[in-house]
Amino acid sequence: MHELAVTESLLATATEYAQKNEAKKVISLNLLIGVLSGIVDDSVQFYWDMISADTICSQAKLNIERQPAKFKCQTCQTEYALNEELSPCPNCGSVNIRVIAGDEFLLQSIEIEK
Amino acid sequence: MSTEKVQIVEKILDANDQMAEENQQAFDKNHTLAINIMASPGAGKTSLILRTIEGLSKDYHIAVIEGDTAPVTIDADKVHALGIPVTQINTGGDCHLDALMVRKGMQALDLQDVDLVIIENVGNLVCPAAFKLGSHINVVIASIPEGDDKPYKYPNIYRGIQSLVLNKTDLKPYVDFNFDYFQKGIQVLNPGVEIFQLSSKTGEGLEAWLNWLRAQIDKKKHANQ
Repeated sequence: MHELAVTESLLATATEYAQKNEAKKVISLNLLIGVLSGIVDDSVQFYWDMISADTICSQAKLNIERQPAKFKCQTCQTEYALNEELSPCPNCGSVNIRVIAGDEFLLQSIEIEK
Repeated sequence: MSTEKVQIVEKILDANDQMAEENQQAFDKNHTLAINIMASPGAGKTSLILRTIEGLSKDYHIAVIEGDTAPVTIDADKVHALGIPVTQINTGGDCHLDALMVRKGMQALDLQDVDLVIIENVGNLVCPAAFKLGSHINVVIASIPEGDDKPYKYPNIYRGIQSLVLNKTDLKPYVDFNFDYFQKGIQVLNPGVEIFQLSSKTGEGLEAWLNWLRAQIDKKKHANQ
């Protein structure tokens, strides 16, 4: 739902780095998006096409890598990955768990043309 | 012409996070506690805010930042009627408040002697979770008629909060709401989070919430910078 605001922020960051590196054009962006971040890839792509037109990022490709969710039990230290995110620790049943991966939302790198 | 790869590794909402940090520093400088109230539309954000003002305004200076998607001042008017400074932020259709909007709200209020700033976020269980505002305490208000499955359907909003209010407990006899199931979902998402069950309408359970808030305000008031 808030992908427009997020995509605007993405464009601002990519543009800043492109200008800092004296790029003529941005060819692609590499993103890491955790499955728990609540961000919908298609929506980001949709807004990206719209707001990046006529900018240094125009036509740049979005490469989105999805980071699966990982949890760590704070009671028995077991690390586990599950698709069903509201599951207690499979080893000891504790609900005292912490997300250790899957909530990322990062711009990792861009490819630019000089 | 050549191509090259530029390493970045930056959080996409880093600009917002940084501004939120600055907002928090500004609150800290004043010894003002800022709380961000999030909930779905109709859970009772405004009515709990009004009850909270009634309960605390004898002892503390309070100000309110009202977030709304549309330029209607229904909520702000109710706060104003209690004689409390209030400023309204219209998000222009946006589904959440962000740190910049809160900064504008802070500039519109004189925070000098304010002990507590209550920020009413836009009614939404999805988007507000992603945008830090600079508040010290983030609260979700859930309510009995929304159902007990909300932690399972909207997990992100429950992760970053320090306190959860379950409102409209007066409706328990009329609604199938399994508190154990609800609480289990909350515990897995946010182990140890404070849960307050109350009814803004009858006042039942309100005192525990107010006492908790009093302790948080006092802690901030007397904190060393």
